[in-house]
Amino acid sequence: MRKVNQKGWFFVLPVLILVAFNALVPMMTVVNYSVQETFGDNVFFWQGLDWFQQILRSERFHAALGRQFLFTAMILAIEVPLGVIIALSMPRKGFWVPVCLVTMALPMLIPWNVVGAMWNIFTLPDIGLLGYLMNHTLGIDYNMTQDPVAAWITVIVMDVWHWTSLVVLLCYAGLVSIPDAYYQAAKIDGASNWSVFRYIQLPKMKQVLTIAVLLRFMDSFNIYTEPFVLTGGGPGNSTTLLSIDLVKIALGQFDLGPAAAMSLIYFAITLFVSWLFYTLMTRNDAK
Amino acid sequence: MAKITLDKLRHSYMGNPKGPEDYALKEINLDWQDGGAYALLGPSGCGKSTLLNIISGLLQPSEGRILFDGEDVTGLPPDRRNIAQVFQFPVIYDTMTVYDNLAFPLRNRGVDEARVASRVAEIAAMLEVTEMLKTRASNLSPDNKQKISMGRGLVRDDVNVVMFDEPLTVIDPHLKWKLRSKLKELHQRVKVTMIYVTHDQTEALTFADQVVVMQDGEIVQIGTPVELFERPAHTFVGHFIGSPGMNVLPAELKGETAFFNGAAVTLEGGVAPGAGRHEIGIRPEFVTLAATGLPATVRKVSDLGRHSVVEAIAGDTRISAIVEGAVPGQGETVHLAFRPDQTRLYRDGWIASEKGRAA
Repeated sequence: MRKVNQKGWFFVLPVLILVAFNALVPMMTVVNYSVQETFGDNVFFWQGLDWFQQILRSERFHAALGRQFLFTAMILAIEVPLGVIIALSMPRKGFWVPVCLVTMALPMLIPWNVVGAMWNIFTLPDIGLLGYLMNHTLGIDYNMTQDPVAAWITVIVMDVWHWTSLVVLLCYAGLVSIPDAYYQAAKIDGASNWSVFRYIQLPKMKQVLTIAVLLRFMDSFNIYTEPFVLTGGGPGNSTTLLSIDLVKIALGQFDLGPAAAMSLIYFAITLFVSWLFYTLMTRNDAK
Repeated sequence: MAKITLDKLRHSYMGNPKGPEDYALKEINLDWQDGGAYALLGPSGCGKSTLLNIISGLLQPSEGRILFDGEDVTGLPPDRRNIAQVFQFPVIYDTMTVYDNLAFPLRNRGVDEARVASRVAEIAAMLEVTEMLKTRASNLSPDNKQKISMGRGLVRDDVNVVMFDEPLTVIDPHLKWKLRSKLKELHQRVKVTMIYVTHDQTEALTFADQVVVMQDGEIVQIGTPVELFERPAHTFVGHFIGSPGMNVLPAELKGETAFFNGAAVTLEGGVAPGAGRHEIGIRPEFVTLAATGLPATVRKVSDLGRHSVVEAIAGDTRISAIVEGAVPGQGETVHLAFRPDQTRLYRDGWIASEKGRAA
């Protein structure tokens, strides 16, 4: 029998320990909270799956989940096509390439809470540049602290501003890897611009686009800081996304049990939808 | 199908070229006859791909005109020139099947499906890819991908010219030979003008009726493979074609007699008077080991199976000879004889001796 060298395990051990302490152990404490009731002092009462039932039947959770899906769907529907269009129109060679790339990367370098604060000030009706312009110059009634529609539009525009660059940069990387001969051959074959996009550019971008969609889905589905700083979830509950609601339950109301159950459901949904996206988008590759 | 004329064509990749050294192509005047099989042969960087891209319209020449059947097409984009081009590395549309790949150039031009089906079937049969028609093109091996690229170039039967830009680079040696003869066969069948760019002399000589040899953006010689081999117009052609290439010996010209290392060498014929740097050119095939003649020391003998290449040194000039049968050993002194009717004189690189005219 061939002797297997088991030393490899030692090399994996540090990573295993790291992952255990930053993911598995915290997660197990959440699992622990989700099936028990506590009033502090480290006293716990067994609750079984009660919290899960409570969360799954709660209208408040349904509403937050609905808002979350709407938000994610809207930003994906805007950022992915917009990102592809911007990537396609960026120059491939010459002086403007680094200028475009740096400009594109800038929004992503700004810390999330700063983005929220920036947009908050930007949209203040009397002193913010955008708010003042809308209300006093253009005469459009715009106040996102009172109008839910304005609040939604602002949150979405902010996310588009902050994260479209990620899609652009990934798509651009896919596009520049296409050799010139492909475009030349397409020209000679008499292909239309649409055909070039459909049969050359899109297939080459598909891999990076899959990653872009996955990253944007996960980040937007878990988004917390920016809308929290911008609107605080309001007006009313209109922009209370899942994570904002979760923090309200956990830290605002100190309902640790339901919050833990909600965290696990939240996590399961994120994981499932990510898996679904990935499976659907890579389905044809094996053929 | 068309006759292609290149009229005073020049091209520079620089904004405002100053001297001739700034031009990738220096004044090209050339006629490609309708239905011919041409090869454009030259070392890397000699301008042959530039010339090809100008003919296909991917590149606009700095100066000069391109005519298809006398009609100026210089300003037309590639898709309006009605040409086909096969690139060095296979270009296939990954998401399509082999069938759709081959049908693509036809469908883009609105050819009806029945005709598309018959053309694709015909080309697939010629290239022996019929059984792959339904597979996705991305799953093919590199040589099959290149076959499909070629197929897309050949599928339209109304093209003015089909151009090949070193199409066999990625192909395995044993398949290279097969595809090359396939192309030759295809040319005889479809009778469309074909231009084949390569730096490989074997490919050029086996494929083409006429070979255009280029160097440094200039056409050095145009001729049949036999002409290029037997009577190179320039020492570069002599060097570049043949294995090993032509021997080039520094010479002195006194009157109409050439001297190498002080010994008179008989040439094919007379020499036009003139001054310049003179060289004698003789192919290794026409150098023989003889009892008398130019003394030289054997440096190296390479046995190539059917014959041997003897590399000898006379003075400080290397001379190769192709010898069949017994060969001398290294370090031996031999006498070399040149076949007079194959011995040429070159002046500043260009041929200066004249065949048949006695000295």
